[in-house]
Amino acid sequence: MNTHTTESTNATDTTGRRPALVRAAKDAPVSRTARRGLARRRLGPGLPIPYGRAIGPVLLLAIWSAGSATGLIDPRNLSAPWTVVTTAGDLIADGRLQSNVWTSAVRALSGLAYGVAAGLVLALIAGLSRLGEGLIDGPVQIKRSIPSLALIPLLILWFGIGESMKVITIALGALVPIYIHTHNALRTIDSRYVELAETLGLSRPRFLLHIVLPGALPGFLLGMRFAVTASWLALAVVEQVNATSGIGYMMGLARTYGQTDIIIVGLVVYGLLGLLSDGLVRLVERKALSWRRTLAD
Amino acid sequence: MAAHTGGLTATVPETGTAAVRISGLVRAFGERRVLDGLDLSLRAGEFVAMLGRSGSGKSTLLRALAGLDHDAGGEGELSAPDHVSVVFQDARLLPWKRVLANVTLGLSGADAQERARTALAEVGLAGREDAWPVELSGGEQQRVSLARSLVREPQLLLADEPFGALDALTRARMHTLLARLYERHRPAVLLVTHDVDEAIALADRVVVLDGGHIAADLPVDLAAPRRPGTPEYAVLRERLLVRLGVEVPSG
Ligand SMILES: Nc1ncnc2c1ncn2[C@@H]1O[C@H](COP(=O)(O)OP(=O)(O)O)[C@@H](O)[C@H]1O
Ligand SMILES: [Mg+2]
Repeated sequence: MNTHTTESTNATDTTGRRPALVRAAKDAPVSRTARRGLARRRLGPGLPIPYGRAIGPVLLLAIWSAGSATGLIDPRNLSAPWTVVTTAGDLIADGRLQSNVWTSAVRALSGLAYGVAAGLVLALIAGLSRLGEGLIDGPVQIKRSIPSLALIPLLILWFGIGESMKVITIALGALVPIYIHTHNALRTIDSRYVELAETLGLSRPRFLLHIVLPGALPGFLLGMRFAVTASWLALAVVEQVNATSGIGYMMGLARTYGQTDIIIVGLVVYGLLGLLSDGLVRLVERKALSWRRTLAD
Repeated sequence: MAAHTGGLTATVPETGTAAVRISGLVRAFGERRVLDGLDLSLRAGEFVAMLGRSGSGKSTLLRALAGLDHDAGGEGELSAPDHVSVVFQDARLLPWKRVLANVTLGLSGADAQERARTALAEVGLAGREDAWPVELSGGEQQRVSLARSLVREPQLLLADEPFGALDALTRARMHTLLARLYERHRPAVLLVTHDVDEAIALADRVVVLDGGHIAADLPVDLAAPRRPGTPEYAVLRERLLVRLGVEVPSG
């Protein structure tokens, strides 16, 4: 061993006491920006357009409005945008919209909650033990290849046409993506981290708590986004089946009377609920996975 | 001392100062014998650098010492201390834990936090405890990994090309840091490197792994500071390079 130690205090580069270097680093980019403007990515898609994402929807709305105003679109096929807005106002005023949205939201959320809980438990059992994987993975993969909605006839026979059938159908739809993504994340924990845990002498509970579960969280949250979408989809279908309340029921009734405006209000509500819940999951994702924010941004 | 299992016979070391004792170690993947009757000992507190061509089995040996080679078949006798720390080539920090939590990982005791803070200060990262690993440079990440290794007060530090991914300037800084940490903590060190100058700068002894066993074992008795350019340095360097199969231009 030799003695480099005399120079050792120079080794730390975090003290930041290198004024000459710091100044040089600050000055250079400033003078360059002044001359050439910010460097543009030559192979990128181009400069960002303010509110760029709104262009498509606004254009569609414009065409719809123009079509309705000029009479090119028959209101029996598609009501005018302003009719839809007025109808929505009326539905809110007499309370029908709120009560139906509430029923549907409760249905979807309880189905989602049961599905997520079941999917998570199954994924943990299958992901953390070989026996559990042998027991659970096969049946879930089989279930995965059968669309949940194809199970509706059987579920009606078993549970009737009431609320429980609807909630169970939604739960089955939400379970699959949660299971698939969480299980996959648990199974593909980087073996380098397993090695690390071994060299640090971590106990099995600590290994699970500090490495496996946090490592699987991104997978679970990805599954969550699919599960949310799946539960709205299942909701829309089960509400066509003999519902007496909910958005789907409201739309079904409107179909009977040819009220396209109410149908469109229902579609818009489905869309908004979907967007809102996806936004919520993304928000949770951003909070929970803040450790990788610098990569994502 | 603990001997690793897995086809190995446990040896009870004699009372002495040997930190590592390996004899007749064989490690094979299928038919290929990567280590073939390897003998090597490290005294307590000795700094040994290991050179060897890529694929010569350096990592295989280190993994055997760290007890990580579940997938390799083998025989031989091997004993290593209870407290072994490993520094990998990638810093291997958990990205979902802040710097301090990465260092305390697996530590127990009420003073774990305090010890981790001290270790971070030792590697020059005081004040970065709450940073996420992705916010650190490669050199800083490797320093966190050094702190994580040293906070456990290992009797043996195994390092597998720990500075191989760093730029030359950062690497030189890391050499100084490692030398200082070694002086302070005095673990036995087995440093795998592909850099002959790194080996000479840091180690008491340089061994060359070739053909599955130690093909050369040379003490570094150069006066400090070891500067390239002195005739002794050049001679040692050339001998090592020849052992590694590098053609050294004469003159
Ligand atoms: N897990 C493994 N399975 C099969 N072969 C392996 C495995 N690990 C290492 N080897 C082989 O053993 C040889 C030595 O590898 P390694 O010890 O990593 O070399 P070094 O670290 O000296 O570059 C290589 O030829 C490599 O392909
Ligand atoms: Mg290697």
